[in-house]
Amino acid sequence: MPLDILIVDDSAAIRKILQRVLRQADVDVGQVYEAGDGLEALETLKNHKVHLVLADVNMPNMNGMQLLAEIKSRAEFASLPVIMITTEGSQSKVMEAAQLGAAGYIRKPFSADQIKDKISSLF
Amino acid sequence: MPADLKDSIVKAVAAATNEVFSTMLVMEATPGEAYCEKVPQVSDGVVAFIGLAGKWTGTGMISCSPALACRLASQFLMTDYQPGSEAVNEEVLDAVAELANIIIGNAKNLLEEELGPMGMSIPTVIFGRNFTTRSAGQGEWIVAPFHCEGERLEVRMHLAPAREAAPLRHGYQPPECVELR
Repeated sequence: MPLDILIVDDSAAIRKILQRVLRQADVDVGQVYEAGDGLEALETLKNHKVHLVLADVNMPNMNGMQLLAEIKSRAEFASLPVIMITTEGSQSKVMEAAQLGAAGYIRKPFSADQIKDKISSLF
Repeated sequence: MPADLKDSIVKAVAAATNEVFSTMLVMEATPGEAYCEKVPQVSDGVVAFIGLAGKWTGTGMISCSPALACRLASQFLMTDYQPGSEAVNEEVLDAVAELANIIIGNAKNLLEEELGPMGMSIPTVIFGRNFTTRSAGQGEWIVAPFHCEGERLEVRMHLAPAREAAPLRHGYQPPECVELR
């Protein structure tokens, strides 16, 4: 079954790069949705069923950690894997993401292989 | 700014820039001699800056010519943006802003070991000619230049200890509110 994926990042450049990386991944990727912040992401999740979320941390309106907490607190989304992809590399942020239930934490700059390997390990 | 800190900033910026160029741009950026300046000497081209705040506060900035901005965006997004001011569109500016985010963010991660945790603002990017740059902060900017395909990329960083709250005058603590009866 193809994986439908939501990319959440305020940078259109990163969304474009991740779209391209996903199309090259070993997994069968179906629909890829995009959101510019956490609030937009929640709206997308209400309207579309996805199998994976790739989220930045530092975003306006609702940041990635708030989005992660919101997803994990809602029964309908709680089992949805969320991979954080961010410049924030401090151990405290990594720990915070793990405690909130992130399925992975990838630091920018990332290589295409890092993203592909992480997704392959989850599905 | 202590000499040790200047050295740490130059090393952190060099490491972060090198990692971004090798991982996401597949380009080479050769570091030049770093120097200090009182006011950022930037008046043309593409400039992206990001605020930093914690026990130390300041700004990180990257600047380059429109031609290099197009070249960097082309590599970053694997799309051809021909050099020239007309080609500096929203996608190019967004790519430069994101590169600033990653370079300054990674330099910040390295500096946090010495200076403690710092938060980062969302990047702001400017493209223009003959603009004037001023900084309200006191102190020096560290400038780390890089040479890339015949063009020059400059990474600047200014950091100073955050200001403490003003001390109480004569030990008097004004009331937060007064109830009138």
